[in-house]
Amino acid sequence: MEQSSKQYTGAEILIRCLHEENVEFVFGYPGGAVLNIYDAIFHQDKFKHILVRHEQAALHAADAYSRSTGKVGVALVTSGPGATNAITGIATAYMDSIPMVIISGQVPTYAIGEDAFQECDTVGITRPCVKHNFLVKDVKDIAATMKKAFYVANSGRPGPVLVDIPKDITAHLHAFEYPETVQLRSYNPVTKGHLGQIKKALKLLAEAKRPMVYSGGGVVLGDASEYLIKLVQSLNVPITSTLMGLGGFPASDKNFLGMLGMHGTYEANMAMQECDVLLAVGARFDDRVIGNTEHFLSNPRTIIHIDIDPSSISKRVKIDVPIVGDVKSVLADMNDLIAAEKPAQNTEALAAWFKQINEWRGKKCLTYVQSTEFIKPQYVIQKLHEVTKGDAFVTSDVGQHQMWAAQYYPFDKPRRWINSGGLGTMGVGLPYAMGVQFAHPEAQVACVTGEGSIQMNIQELSTCLQYNLPIKVILLNNRYLGMVRQWQEFFYENRYAESYMESLPDFVKLAEAYGHVGMRIENPSDVEGALAEAFSPKLKDRFVFMNFLTDQKENVFPMIPGGKGLSEMILAENL
Amino acid sequence: MRHIISLLMENEAGALSRVAGLFSARGYNIESLTVAVTEDPTLSRMTIVTSGSEAVIEQIIKQLNKLIDVVKVLDLNDGKFIERELMLVKVKATGAFREEMKRMCDIFRGRIIDVADGSFTIELTGSGNKLDAFIESLDKSAILETVRTGASGIGRGDRILKV
Repeated sequence: MEQSSKQYTGAEILIRCLHEENVEFVFGYPGGAVLNIYDAIFHQDKFKHILVRHEQAALHAADAYSRSTGKVGVALVTSGPGATNAITGIATAYMDSIPMVIISGQVPTYAIGEDAFQECDTVGITRPCVKHNFLVKDVKDIAATMKKAFYVANSGRPGPVLVDIPKDITAHLHAFEYPETVQLRSYNPVTKGHLGQIKKALKLLAEAKRPMVYSGGGVVLGDASEYLIKLVQSLNVPITSTLMGLGGFPASDKNFLGMLGMHGTYEANMAMQECDVLLAVGARFDDRVIGNTEHFLSNPRTIIHIDIDPSSISKRVKIDVPIVGDVKSVLADMNDLIAAEKPAQNTEALAAWFKQINEWRGKKCLTYVQSTEFIKPQYVIQKLHEVTKGDAFVTSDVGQHQMWAAQYYPFDKPRRWINSGGLGTMGVGLPYAMGVQFAHPEAQVACVTGEGSIQMNIQELSTCLQYNLPIKVILLNNRYLGMVRQWQEFFYENRYAESYMESLPDFVKLAEAYGHVGMRIENPSDVEGALAEAFSPKLKDRFVFMNFLTDQKENVFPMIPGGKGLSEMILAENL
Repeated sequence: MRHIISLLMENEAGALSRVAGLFSARGYNIESLTVAVTEDPTLSRMTIVTSGSEAVIEQIIKQLNKLIDVVKVLDLNDGKFIERELMLVKVKATGAFREEMKRMCDIFRGRIIDVADGSFTIELTGSGNKLDAFIESLDKSAILETVRTGASGIGRGDRILKV
């Protein structure tokens, strides 16, 4: 804690706030309104500034840094176009509840409202996609505002917080004093769950004939994984996870039924539909997860919902036993109660339930027909899993490849699977891989992407060279916007409107032009060897861009068509 | 069902747009919204008249509570409350209308607050229904202009919304 009457510029104060928050990386891009801040960065070396090639990538990289570490991600952009370029990144983080602090420059206070050069109402534009935002109008408010920003971003249901700072404020002088604590009379998130409700929930779960656990991103964000594992193992109940929750419970555990939802497994979706007591942990009954709510509710079940955000409870589906609280704290209380009371379970019914589940598992819904002619995308992911020994950080973009990565790369640890679940932002994959690699320089980082998505932030190949990031890009290149093509095949009678990608670049040459290693893989028999080479010690320190030419007509199965219910899945033709 | 929601929020720039933005972004109805600073200059008090099913009202209350600037939220319909609204009506006051308007104003216990050659301006306070009834009872051709504040509400007796 530094306290003195020494005068600092607003920019220096801002930098000192970031030091107080132990920020390791600031992802950003300079511009007129943030020049004072960049000059202050030049004079410090406590955190590293990462220069991206587009502000959107700065946001995604900071977001992935947060997703993979649990710490607050920090991004810095200039006013006007800097801020508007950042919007997609902010909205992406907001939808997935990622704690971030975004600092945006603003035109000087005296110019605000005059349509000044590079002026936009950043606080107004970002308001619907941030947890909160601030416009700092006085240099003496910078420190307190930054303290609040970090606190709000990283407490309760986390989310991005934006601090907009006019240029003149960053030049004004003031003493630096960072508040030790912060209190907001209007913001006091509940963390401890109601014990009466917890007891009630436990009784329901123990007495259930067909119990089911459904875990979401809240388990990962709340670092509650080990508590969830303990609960599931001591009650011996089946569990499924949302796209955002993958890794929150080990995929290799016998009780895990795989992901549920639109492209979830047959067993997970059937069990979700047929269970009699459902425990939802840090999940939000999203439309991509439970499908049609009426169909979901047509099968009566008692629903228990643990969530830190009261507004997530009974939003889409009426909840019988709501428990508002931090998932880790609530699960810990549940585990303590189980240890103390050893509740009797209906073991006979439970055995029958698992027998039913194993029948569903017998469908082997993720089976696909292997080919010697075309590379199957699922096969590439399976081999990626083998070659990386299941221990890589995997980022993905959005589309078919994202679903295949989720289905065929089983995650045993939380914070290993990094993707845009809520907003579904194409273009996140490469900047996500950057953020993860900065946070974990020694780890294997794979970016599973498509030829549509990768081109949405392809300029970041340059950033990867500047910082020598040894990311491995796994491009599943089917020359189609695959998920769009799949929907057009199923629901638009094969009218492939604008879903074919012509004039693709030569990705090998492109990678080489940026100073990286490029590979083109066309034969199924070359897949494993190429992956082994990319992850070999020889290329350990190199960025490798792997262009896999995959089967153009492969679809993602199972699939719940839009508006249909969980048990109304379309399965692959071979099943 | 129609609900009147009262809330206290930080008296800061942008707080009003956070509330208004929430309603438009999530597709909630706003019948009226009034806001002004309270006796504590750091707090503003807002009255929102909205409508929706019980589930929607529950979500509205939760979403309002989630806004960082919102300090306290109260659904006045959860108990007994009083609702008042102010209306100013400019009416034609020529010929026979002049006496008629004076009489209607008295019946509704309004006050004439501006008198001009051809018009009166009437001030009327009451529930929304009373103001509607006044408008209904006037000859349409006599109404030159109306302005309403939207409802303000307060709990009866011991029901107090305070920090």
